[in-house]
Amino acid sequence: MRKYLLKRILYLFLTLFIVATATFFLMKLMPGTPLQNEAKLTASEKASILAQYGLDKPVWLQYITYIVGIFHGSLGLSFQFSDQAVSYLIGSRMGPSMQLGAQALVVGVIFGIILGAIGAIKKDTWADRLATILSILGIAVPSFVLAILFQYYVGLKLGWFPVAGWSGFAYTVLPTLALAASPLAETARFIRTDMVDVLSSDYIELAKAKGLSKFGIVYHHALRNSLIPMVTLIGPLAAALMTGSMVVENIFSVPGIGEQFVKSILVNDYPTIMGVTIFYSALLCVLLLLTDIVYGIIDPRIRLSGNGD
Amino acid sequence: MENPENVIEVRNLEINFHTYAGEVKAIRDVSFDLRKGETLAIVGESGSGKSVTTRSLMGLLAPNAEIKKGSIMFHGDDIIKKSEKEMQHIRGKDIAMIFQDPMTSLDPTMRIGMQIAEPLMKHKGLKKKEAIAQALEMLKLVGITNPEGRINDYPYQFSGGMRQRIVIAIALVCYPEVLIADEPTTALDVTIQAQILDLMKDLQNRIDTSIIFITHDLGVVAGMADRVAVMYAGKIVEYGTVDEIFFNPQHPYTWGLLNSMPTLDTEGGSLSAIPGTPPDLLDPPVGDAFAARSDYAMKIDTQQEPPFFKVSDTHYAATWLLHPDAPKVTPPAEIVRRQQKFAAMQKPEAPIKSDTKE
Ligand SMILES: Nc1ncnc2c1ncn2[C@@H]1O[C@H](COP(=O)(O)OP(=O)(O)OP(=O)(O)O)[C@@H](O)[C@H]1O
Ligand SMILES: [Mg+2]
Repeated sequence: MRKYLLKRILYLFLTLFIVATATFFLMKLMPGTPLQNEAKLTASEKASILAQYGLDKPVWLQYITYIVGIFHGSLGLSFQFSDQAVSYLIGSRMGPSMQLGAQALVVGVIFGIILGAIGAIKKDTWADRLATILSILGIAVPSFVLAILFQYYVGLKLGWFPVAGWSGFAYTVLPTLALAASPLAETARFIRTDMVDVLSSDYIELAKAKGLSKFGIVYHHALRNSLIPMVTLIGPLAAALMTGSMVVENIFSVPGIGEQFVKSILVNDYPTIMGVTIFYSALLCVLLLLTDIVYGIIDPRIRLSGNGD
Repeated sequence: MENPENVIEVRNLEINFHTYAGEVKAIRDVSFDLRKGETLAIVGESGSGKSVTTRSLMGLLAPNAEIKKGSIMFHGDDIIKKSEKEMQHIRGKDIAMIFQDPMTSLDPTMRIGMQIAEPLMKHKGLKKKEAIAQALEMLKLVGITNPEGRINDYPYQFSGGMRQRIVIAIALVCYPEVLIADEPTTALDVTIQAQILDLMKDLQNRIDTSIIFITHDLGVVAGMADRVAVMYAGKIVEYGTVDEIFFNPQHPYTWGLLNSMPTLDTEGGSLSAIPGTPPDLLDPPVGDAFAARSDYAMKIDTQQEPPFFKVSDTHYAATWLLHPDAPKVTPPAEIVRRQQKFAAMQKPEAPIKSDTKE
């Protein structure tokens, strides 16, 4: 177990290194410079600013400097916010993003499970078809489209929730719903397929032969067995949430990491782009690792320590 | 109930399956009794309808099944007419079932103690603690060593044979009147098979249950069953006591089954599989369904369905060969040998043949 964990953690760092490298060079390929919006600056002023941030050096040197910096635990300084540390920037904006992400995940997974289970139990009925259509819509419609629709109809027309901003729970409702659609749909699809399989398995047959009620069978046997593989979905779902949150945070003016990320890309704030990318990658890798560990704990078949508890 | 000795009486059961290709006539006019405390074996090739017949007793037919005709009397009530809710009170309590594959029939995510306790909580209204205590007793009874230490284990921690013991424990925990065992040993290797069969016999005596034992392996039947029903293409073609079926079989299909069964005294070469394949149940043949594969088929076999002819009070067979006007035929050598043995067993007179229908 320990060996396995060590190996996984090693891979995690390797992954992050590759991500950092790829992002660095991709970023250099982006059009524009950090100074493109500062038209008033003279050529020499520009040159001195570039020199100040080391941007006048050859790209490979910049790369090495950056990687060395990371190993020293520094993500560099932001260009756009007069020398704020990127790590501080991320830290100060993490709260809203994590809250939105967690809320969307919980809402999406819970309702996804319900929708998927209904689909499986009522297989090939109108309820199943409705559930399928809903989940296809949820997967096909991007979260930013939903965000705009919710903002306009629920926020503006109906006025049930604030249209944008971040000062209280009511402000989280619409962005959460917009973000929750995709995990909800993914979960529903996954649970439906999985549960249809489970419901046709021999141990469900045995549960029926015991005389258990329909509810008893689903609750005590089918659900647990379909939920276990669900754990593997949490990682990808979280990843989808992160990408979704970038645009959705922007639309609802949520002061989160995603919103910051989009702004940074627009002004070529290299250190911030790099920092956020590495932060998100690390988060995702850790989530996937945790998922595997949790999977091992809840599925007795692959539980690594042999006995009962 | 026609006979107070019977636990279950199945009469003229007909079951169809709706499929895209049409109606599969899976069970075609099946009648049989299950007596108190006996073991009735149902034998027949794959697809002959053994599982469908027994599933109908549990009310566990596939959703595309339709019971066209017949009745299944249990405690004076017709099971076919019962609602799903009513069936839930019978399943696992009065009629229990063991399945073929012990590797897949236990819930992989539930401790075995709880899986055995579940029927008790459902049917006897026991609290979890009491139910687990009884589950422990049951584990002892089915021969799990160190039951206290294993009651909290999960299925994957047991071998196939042990799992089948657990499945048996689940089935018997409410002391059901009827136990249906659908090929309970097919998935196990031979030594384990014997152990499981011994266990079933032993438990049957202890808790006084009737067993319907399904198999396509006649070899298993001899030591296990009191009576045997032979099924072919959705019908019972012959039934009688174990001795009658093994040593005085009358239906050419039963001959074929016995001929394809290895025994200690079969000389090399006399073992032979039945040629051909069972008929398509979408469109079952007229007459004796086995005629197409039978060396003994007569013209009438393709025209008219044979009724049951009485061989003895306990032995009936549906073949025109038993009709008084039928020509005398000599069964395969192996069967003749068996019949000679049977005659010796019976001593004075050979079995009486008559054309009385059941
Ligand atoms: N759900 C179903 N839909 C259509 N046909 C079915 C269905 N279930 C069973 N049948 C058909 O009913 C017939 C009897 O099947 P059954 O399972 O009872 O056979 P069996 O005697 O138990 O065979 P085996 O020894 O292989 O278990 C077969 O022809 C089978 O194809
Ligand atoms: Mg079967």
